Amino acid sequence: MIKVFVPLDSAALSMGADEVAVAIVQCAASQGLDVTLIRTGSRGMLWLEPLVEVETSSGRIGFANISTEAVPELIKSGALETGSHKSSIGLVEEHDFFKNQNRVTFARVGVIDPLSISDYESHGGLVGLRKAIEMTATDVVSEVTASGLRGRGGAGFPAGIKWQTVLNTESDQKYICCNADEGDSGTFADRMLMEGDPFTLIEGMIISGIAVGATQGLIYVRSEYPHAIDILNRAIAIANEYGLLGSNVLGSKAAFALEVRVGAGSYVCGEETAMLESLEGKRGMVRAKPPIPALVGLFGKPTVINNVMTLSAVPMILAQGAAAYQALGHERSRGTQVFQLAGNIKRGGVVELAFGITLGELVDTYGGGTNSGKPVKTVQIGGPLGAYLGTESWDVAMAYESLAQAGGMLGHGGIVVFDNTANMAKQARFAMEFCAEESCGKCTPCRIGSTRGVEVIDRIVAGEDQEKNLELLEDLCEVMTDGSLCAMGGLTPMPVRSALKLFPADFGIKTGAKL
Amino acid sequence: MSNYSEESILNYLGPYKDEASAILRSLQLVQELLGYVPDSAIDLIAKNSNVSRAEVYGVFTFYSDFRSTPPAQVVVKVCVAEACQASGNAELISQLHGQGYDIHSGKIKDDIQMEQTFCLGNCALGPAAMVNGKPIGRATSTSILKAALELTS
Repeated sequence: MIKVFVPLDSAALSMGADEVAVAIVQCAASQGLDVTLIRTGSRGMLWLEPLVEVETSSGRIGFANISTEAVPELIKSGALETGSHKSSIGLVEEHDFFKNQNRVTFARVGVIDPLSISDYESHGGLVGLRKAIEMTATDVVSEVTASGLRGRGGAGFPAGIKWQTVLNTESDQKYICCNADEGDSGTFADRMLMEGDPFTLIEGMIISGIAVGATQGLIYVRSEYPHAIDILNRAIAIANEYGLLGSNVLGSKAAFALEVRVGAGSYVCGEETAMLESLEGKRGMVRAKPPIPALVGLFGKPTVINNVMTLSAVPMILAQGAAAYQALGHERSRGTQVFQLAGNIKRGGVVELAFGITLGELVDTYGGGTNSGKPVKTVQIGGPLGAYLGTESWDVAMAYESLAQAGGMLGHGGIVVFDNTANMAKQARFAMEFCAEESCGKCTPCRIGSTRGVEVIDRIVAGEDQEKNLELLEDLCEVMTDGSLCAMGGLTPMPVRSALKLFPADFGIKTGAKL
Repeated sequence: MSNYSEESILNYLGPYKDEASAILRSLQLVQELLGYVPDSAIDLIAKNSNVSRAEVYGVFTFYSDFRSTPPAQVVVKVCVAEACQASGNAELISQLHGQGYDIHSGKIKDDIQMEQTFCLGNCALGPAAMVNGKPIGRATSTSILKAALELTS
């Protein structure tokens, strides 16, 4: 029997993985070949998708960019038995993009069948939860605090401190809300984990529930992710049946129920308080803080809100101990970060490494430069609200503080690469336009400022009263930064200011003009 | 709401009546059932959840997923966010436009409707699109139209 693995990740599906899977089964049957097809998540070497793998005695061998048309020849050539073929990349885990990665959160993504709980367990799953069940709530929180885990959604707030606050707050009901509203362009790690290894997230949420005394969890997933929603719902049903979720988690006294809630096409609902409003069925209007959600959250109850990546790091922290996680990283950024290489990039995908790798290594060594083959002009890190950085920032260590020092922001770890055909005045204008489109409208700097921002940039580019309008844009950015309720309005100036600072010529500004 | 009576919709929404987050959930359920949210359904949801029509209408207009008119048989979502801009989606969008499909107006042509969306999470294989929920990577106007036309009967 030959085990063949074909990803069901939606990036792989976008390149025809479903059709390839069907073709392999049909073709193998007609050749009388005994093939077992296993659908997995993606390894994250997305430029190789559909990446078909076959199990051999020395490990899994991959065949890259397989189309349905190529399947008959692939099978006839004996590639599934021998592992050799012109499309072969050899042992997948020895691939230069893969072998030096430190897959902690993504350890099982692309390896296991995402909906097999036995596969999950045989690859180290549920070890963390079993430990947590035996521990006191305070000890679980202390372990997470000691690991140095910080919020991966962008803000980088220490997870343990947030959990401690919820634990300390008395209430008849508490909630764990997972923010899976991954709306930032250039980010897809949450989606890949939910599609490729949903039990890791589920386990992390249960541990979080045990830690703070919450019995209800909700995962807020954006509607643009239909495949992730489907897999999560199926995984939750399996977990309920298995006794992983329910009134006695793995036979213990702990209870935890979990539900998926679907968004409805609003970027700002990724902001935690807007997400709470949306979960309550209302317009996604940002709430003023304080009170913080840890004290007054969903339906007014104490609530842990963490991103998919944050919660998914928790099982490993419990399983291997805080020290193992704390041992990885750079300065105050501990553990690993799942970087995502996107946009105009030759080798796009997921790179999980300890914090501290340089930006240049990620883009050049891992990413292989642009897909167009033209020189890199700039990268935008951390989504639509992140700064643009140029190649002079190639030596910056990818970590919260060092990036902030370089004028950037890690955000959710997505890196969008642009080649030298990009026009940065257009990108700056888009940042304001996007903010105007997606602003919840609650605060004036964001709602009005973004629209005025588009107009001012248009006037600058048109060469109208440039000096005065540049001053106006700077004023506007300052008001938005200081006066907005949340990151939507507060950070939109980041891409605008950085684009202007790095590429004034794109705005039609003469060299030497005062910026 | 041709095929559905008020009663059948109320029955459908019934279980969600007392749910704390009823308004958004009800709107999503109606759209799942009918493909859009007719004006009369706004009143039904308000009645069912015991809130004002204004509250339901406010939620309905906040979220870009909701439609007030029936969708085309094939709905194509074309990503317009940064990663797809960097991968050259402008050319694709203008080619589609040239063939009568405007992602900004969402105008229906030959039972195909194209809409813009901000990020489909396929940012390493852009330009990205989705045709009735099926993802398309490294999209071109040709590959999008081929996938869309296959679905129009």
